[in-house]
Amino acid sequence: MSQRLDPPQVAQVQALLASIRARLTRPWTLMEVCGGQTHAILRHGLDQLLPPELELIHGPGCPVCVTDAAVIDRAQALAATPGVLLCTYGDMLRVPGSSGIDLLTVRSGGGRVRIVYAPLDVLAIARAHPELTVVFLAVGFETTAPATALLAHRAWSEGLTNLKLLVSLVRVPPALEAILAEPEARVQGFLAAGHVAAVMGLAEYEPIAQRHRVPIVVTGFGALELLEGVLRCVSQLEQGEHRVENAYLQGAPDSGNGAAQALIERVFAPCDRLWRGLGVLRLSGLCLRAPYVALAADGPHQSAASTEATPLAPEEPVCLSGRVLQGLARPTDCPSFGTHCSPDRPLGAPMVSSEGACAAYHRYRP
Amino acid sequence: MTSGCPLPTEPSGTIQLGHGGGGRLCRQLLETLILPILGTPAGGAQDAALLPAQAGPLAFTTDSYVVRPLEFPGGDIGSLAVYGTVNDLAMVGAQPLALSLGLILEEGLPLATLERVLRSVRAAAERCGVAVVTGDTKVVERGKADGMFLNTAGIGRLAHNLAIGPAAIRPGDALLVSGDLGRHGVAILAARHELGFSSPLPSDLAPLHEDVQALLAAGLDLHGLRDLTRGGLAAALDELAAAAGLDMLVLEEAVPVAAAVRGACDLLGLEPLAMANEGRFLVTLPDSQAEAALALLRRLQPTAKRIGQVEGPGRGQVRLENALGVRRRLDPGRGEQLPRIC
Repeated sequence: MSQRLDPPQVAQVQALLASIRARLTRPWTLMEVCGGQTHAILRHGLDQLLPPELELIHGPGCPVCVTDAAVIDRAQALAATPGVLLCTYGDMLRVPGSSGIDLLTVRSGGGRVRIVYAPLDVLAIARAHPELTVVFLAVGFETTAPATALLAHRAWSEGLTNLKLLVSLVRVPPALEAILAEPEARVQGFLAAGHVAAVMGLAEYEPIAQRHRVPIVVTGFGALELLEGVLRCVSQLEQGEHRVENAYLQGAPDSGNGAAQALIERVFAPCDRLWRGLGVLRLSGLCLRAPYVALAADGPHQSAASTEATPLAPEEPVCLSGRVLQGLARPTDCPSFGTHCSPDRPLGAPMVSSEGACAAYHRYRP
Repeated sequence: MTSGCPLPTEPSGTIQLGHGGGGRLCRQLLETLILPILGTPAGGAQDAALLPAQAGPLAFTTDSYVVRPLEFPGGDIGSLAVYGTVNDLAMVGAQPLALSLGLILEEGLPLATLERVLRSVRAAAERCGVAVVTGDTKVVERGKADGMFLNTAGIGRLAHNLAIGPAAIRPGDALLVSGDLGRHGVAILAARHELGFSSPLPSDLAPLHEDVQALLAAGLDLHGLRDLTRGGLAAALDELAAAAGLDMLVLEEAVPVAAAVRGACDLLGLEPLAMANEGRFLVTLPDSQAEAALALLRRLQPTAKRIGQVEGPGRGQVRLENALGVRRRLDPGRGEQLPRIC
C-alpha cells in the first residue's frame, strides 16, 4: 500500500481509468466513506483523473471529525483534573472543544495528556502509574473498537482500578443510513472502507443497499484498489444494479473477523450517539455494557441503557464542517477555507484530523 | 546556581547540582573530565578564547540541541551538536574555524553518559578539523532537562565570492538533494520505540562542509544551499521558494527515499519529504551545471539525485508532481509531528 506508484502500477491506473471512461454513459455521484480513502484519492489526484461526469464526494469516516464537542470538553475537564492522566490519539489533541481551546492548550496549562498509538499502550501506562487515574479517550469506528474492547477486558480481568475509558466509538452503517435519508442527498453509490469490512464483514451493508437501491463496494486504500471500486460501482449503476461487492484486494472475508466481532459484542452495546454534523443517530455508537461499564470515566450515565446525548456545541458560523461531513458541501465551498481556517488554526475538526476532508484539500490542492 | 548544603567532596557517578555551582566540584568536572577530552586552549583556560585574525568575511551561527534520546543509532547529542553547527556554516559556504560548547546538565545524569557524549564531541570536531575553544557548564535540578541540553556556536571563514542565498536563485535552476531523505527522523522514532518495531537504519548524521567545498572547488555557480534538518525537504523548499518569490516543481518519483524509511512513514502516516535529516542538503544551481554537481555529490553519497527545478516568478509555491502526472502542493506541515528530534 505504498504511496508511490511504480511504472507497471501507473499503467494499471491508466487502464482502469480507460475502463471507467468506457463504461460511463451519464453522470454519477459516489461517496467514499472513509477519510483514509479521501486522502488517498486527493494524494494521487484520482479525482482529477476521473471523467468530470463522475463526482466523488467525501464521507464522514473520520473519527476525530465526528466526535461531539461535548466529548472533547469532558476530556479537557478530565485532563485538567489533578491526579488524572488523559491518553488519546495524537489527532485528538488539536480538536477545539466548545470553548475553542484544544487538549494541547490544556496540556500547556499543566493538564496531563499523553499521546498513544494503540489502545493497549494504556494498559502499561496505568500499571506504571498507580498514583494516577489513567483515562483513555477512545474514538474511532469498528476498526479500533476491537482493540479498545480488548483494553477494557484486560483492565477488568486484571482488576486495574486506575484505568478508565471515555468511550465515543461509532458505527458506519447508521451514518450511511443518515446520509441517504437527508433530503438533499445526492449519493448514488458508496465506496466503503476495507478495514471496517475486515472486522465487521458485509452483512450490515446488505439491508442498506437493498432499501436505498445503492451499490456499496468495499475497497482498499491504494490508487488501484480505489479505482477498481469506482469501476465496479459505476458498472452496477450503469446496469441498474445495487449489490454489496467486496473489492478489497487485501482480502476481507465477507464474514469479517468473527473473533473481533465477538469481542466488540462482549464489551460494547449499540447506543444512540451524537455525531458532529449529523446529529443524534439511533444506535450509531458503541457504549460499554455491564460489567465493563464500571470502567466508564463518565460514570454509569454513559452506559448502553442511556439514549441521551448532549446538544451539539455551537460551532463557528463560518464553518461548514457539518455540511462537509454529510457530503453536502466541498471543503472549498466554505468561505473560511484557507483564509480563517487552516490546519494551523482550525475552526472545525475536518481541518484538524489527518483523515479530515478539509485537511486533505488544504494539503494536496495547489 | 548554588546550593546551601555542604557538597560531597568526591564526585559520585552522577551529575550533582554542585557541578554547575562554580566551586570545587565544578572545577573538578572541568579538570578531570571536560578539558582532558576537549583539550585546553593554547593560552590556558580564560573567560574568552582568542582567535587569530582572518583576512576575509566570517560566518557566525548558533544552535541548541534537545534531542531525545541522547544516544541514537548513528550518533548522539554530541556529534549532532558539532555537525549541526558545522553544517549551518557550510550552508553559506564557510569552513569552520572554532566552536563553542554550552552544556546544560540535569542533576542525576550519569558521568559515564557525559563522558561518552564529550568524546563524541571531540571525535566529530576532529573529523571537521575544528576545535571547541570555549564553553560553559550549568546544572539544573532533576526533572528540569532531559539528561542534557547542548548549545554550540561556530565561526567560519568564507571560502568563496558567490552570493549564495534565495536572491541568487533563478528560474530554470536545477534542484539537487545530496542523498536519500528521512533517515534521521526514522532513526529517532525507532530509538524512542515509537515505531512499534526496530529499524536497522541509522541516522544520516554527517558533516557537510566537505561536500560544499567540493562543489565550490569545482567552480560551480551555487545559487542556493539549504540544510534539510527539521521539517525536511518540504520545509526547506517552502522557505526557499517563498524567500525567492519563485515557484518550484518537484518530481515525486525522483526524490530518493530508502525503502525502510518509506515503509515506516507509510505505516505512521508521515510524509517522508517532511522527515528530518542531519546529513543532507539541497543545492540550487544553473541547469547546465547540474550533472557536474551530481557527479561530485555522488562520490560522497551515491543516492544524491536531481529532484526538480525552479520555475518562473509566482507566489513562491512548491508543487509535487506524482507518477500519474497530477500536481499537488508540497505541504511543509506544522512541525509538531516529531518534537525533540535535534
